[in-house]
Amino acid sequence: MVLDPSFVGRCYPAPGVYQVGREKIREFAEAIGDDSAFYRDPSAARACGYSDVIAPPTFAMILVLRAQQALICDPELGLDYGRMVHGTQAFTHHRPIQAGDELGATLHVEGISTRAGHDMLTVRCQITDAAGDPVTTARSMLVVRREDR
Amino acid sequence: MSRRHHSEVTEGEQLPGLQVCVTRADLIRYAGASGDFNPIHWNQRLAREVGLPDVIAHGMLTMALANRLVTTWAGDPGAIVECAVRFTRPLVVPDGPDGALVELAGTVAQRRDDGTAVIAITARCAGQSILGQATSTVALT
Repeated sequence: MVLDPSFVGRCYPAPGVYQVGREKIREFAEAIGDDSAFYRDPSAARACGYSDVIAPPTFAMILVLRAQQALICDPELGLDYGRMVHGTQAFTHHRPIQAGDELGATLHVEGISTRAGHDMLTVRCQITDAAGDPVTTARSMLVVRREDR
Repeated sequence: MSRRHHSEVTEGEQLPGLQVCVTRADLIRYAGASGDFNPIHWNQRLAREVGLPDVIAHGMLTMALANRLVTTWAGDPGAIVECAVRFTRPLVVPDGPDGALVELAGTVAQRRDDGTAVIAITARCAGQSILGQATSTVALT
């Protein structure tokens, strides 16, 4: 095993607060080829009870990546980013992310194991709003492929 | 624009399918939008150096396309309360205007008494599955 199992239980907060902007949501929606009015038109989103445009279900990954960056860059963990692949991803949305949200994210290392020579890293990212209420819980399994290939 | 109603949904129902052509330009655009600049998604040389056949798509782009199928059907993207996937096979995106064709399909796997429905999603490229155990849970009205 390359990764140090004693890292289980560590937390990595994303730096600063992430302010969700309308144009970032639009940009993300365009990148996934989705022309829904919910992502572009505040009045259409408000007509359905939201405070502003809402974000696509996987937009939360932007927050997860910001928090993951701190983990990946931790020299003590010794993670080889070039060999890392994404194994699984899951989101639980307590409410949709909306433009105007000010979000924080903290990554928790939940598990480190080895399977067939590959290191498996399980992390949970908790995304909260300015009031501290949960918005999204994201779980990722990251695989660091062994070096003999 | 309104959210699909629980009474309109039946188990086993097929969602309208979705076919998406993913090109290298789409990967660059997704990299910028998501902040994931891992070079295996845009640099053929570096992708090959780590043992990949060619540039591969972000798994999260494939997951986003899978959920596009569901949000379009649900009528309101805020209806998705849970979604999960396993990335079983990389989506190789060759250079050129045609890129890689992804075929997405969804089925109502469960219609629950709590007003939610679980959609089972498949994503295939060239006949091979690229996502495993892909599901999204939708809160219906």
